[in-house]
Amino acid sequence: MSTAGGRVAGNDRLAHWVFIATTVVLCGWVLVPIWLLISNTLSTASEVNSFPKPVVPSLNTENIQFFLTFHGAGNALWNSIQVAFATMIMAISVGAPAGYALSRFDFRGKNAFRVLVLMTRAFPLPLLALPMAILFIRVGLDDTVIGLAIVHTTLALPFAVLITFSLFSGIPIELEEAAWTLGCNRLQAFRKVILPLVLPGLAASAIFAFVISWNEVFAAAVLTIEHRTLPAFLLQSLDDAPLHLKFAGGTMLVLPALIFIFLVRKYLFAMWGIANR
Amino acid sequence: MNPRTLPYWLLAPALVFLCVFFLYPFSLVAWQAIATDEGVLTTQYLQRMASHWKFDRALTNTLLLTAAVVPIQLSLALLMATMVSKMNRGRDVVLYIWTIPLGISDLAAGLIWLAIFDQTGFLNSALFGLGMIEQPVTFLGYQNKTTIFVAVMLAEIWRATAIMLVILVAGIGLIPKEYNEAAEVFGAGRWKRFTKVTLPLLKPSLQTALVLRVILAFEVFAVVSALGGTNLPVLMGEVYDWQFKLQDSHIAASYALLILAISIAFTLLIMGLLRTPKGAQTT
Repeated sequence: MSTAGGRVAGNDRLAHWVFIATTVVLCGWVLVPIWLLISNTLSTASEVNSFPKPVVPSLNTENIQFFLTFHGAGNALWNSIQVAFATMIMAISVGAPAGYALSRFDFRGKNAFRVLVLMTRAFPLPLLALPMAILFIRVGLDDTVIGLAIVHTTLALPFAVLITFSLFSGIPIELEEAAWTLGCNRLQAFRKVILPLVLPGLAASAIFAFVISWNEVFAAAVLTIEHRTLPAFLLQSLDDAPLHLKFAGGTMLVLPALIFIFLVRKYLFAMWGIANR
Repeated sequence: MNPRTLPYWLLAPALVFLCVFFLYPFSLVAWQAIATDEGVLTTQYLQRMASHWKFDRALTNTLLLTAAVVPIQLSLALLMATMVSKMNRGRDVVLYIWTIPLGISDLAAGLIWLAIFDQTGFLNSALFGLGMIEQPVTFLGYQNKTTIFVAVMLAEIWRATAIMLVILVAGIGLIPKEYNEAAEVFGAGRWKRFTKVTLPLLKPSLQTALVLRVILAFEVFAVVSALGGTNLPVLMGEVYDWQFKLQDSHIAASYALLILAISIAFTLLIMGLLRTPKGAQTT
């Protein structure tokens, strides 16, 4: 009896260690490649191109300085920031009202609208860049920050609608009703009661829209020539740029993403939990 | 404002936006693939696309990559999601780390794996350090199509498992604990509880995760550009080349229509295979 009990405990302890080891291995699987990229960026150009590589990078900023002064790279960075900001503002200002309407009202056509939003998922959205390239030439929006931001907003809008829908649904309508009985009109009640409560979540979905635009390669490469965003610029220079420039550019792409995912980590699951239904 | 019309006013901007910038442009793509500039219906663009020497390879590579990557990602994401659901201490940190790739663009992921597989990359240095090679190996050269394929596979698995993980973790969170406890009381082991309780209840999440992931897999582009250049043609890369380098938007549109068609076909297939019977839904 006691030996059987001892074996079970032993098995449990083994399982426990396997569990921890697997967790550590999987964390390494995610983190080590990122570290290798950053380590390349913090090496000198000659270290990047050398074989075999030194184990510890020399930790200098030569590559980053080279990247920032490289022709077009600084501009691309600035374009990326502008496009991502414009996307963020458009996605939230168009998506949030729709999310609010879905969470607060029952009306004809509600389901049809939800189907339209969900349908976007079955479509390879970056392909939108092809027809938009032609349309934008007609209306003079070709190769502009705002044109690209419009296409990126189409990518981000379904998320913005679904996320804000789940945010507003999480706030009891009684709060709003109480504000109405105390003399607020709808707009005042929204501004003074609901908005402060959803603000953090709204910020999270805005950041998510920012990241979607920041990372998008295909549409950016198709739609811009002079006003290339960072991913488009890097894609363009894949063939001819020196290795250390590519790695420095890659790091510039990754770092904001690391910070942003950290900021929105609490909301990731709320977002996707609702996206299941 | 009238509460009956208010929801429509709130919805209008998003609705107009999706009609103008989503439905309309996609109809234009389809039209461009099957009609000439003068508006005459034709199959010449589709035929020219299909008879181009890179077409077969691009289609096969895209489908092979999807077939190789998605099942591994699904199993990995299921493993990670079940592990997360059993964690107490450190759950938040582990989840943050595992979801980091969610914020990393496909191009950056390609560059990360380029740092490993390049001729002067870390893999060569590591193999040299272990004494297994004397000279650096060209893993990503045109004569090494298999290693390019494997590198792209690894980069895709590394980058895009997180999106499935998040959906599955959210899905597992929705399953009431009582079901598992009841199964345990009746003597079901861990594996049995996983296959007979968790998996069936996870169907809606599995459906979402698979649809999203498969569509993204058909769109694979920047990872391949970073690692394989032109040595591994894929469908999305062909769209880009025809649109940009060859300046023929009709052929580009034909490829786009093909990607669209297989995306929709697979969406319907996955939704059909993983349908939750009416009345069995938990929510």
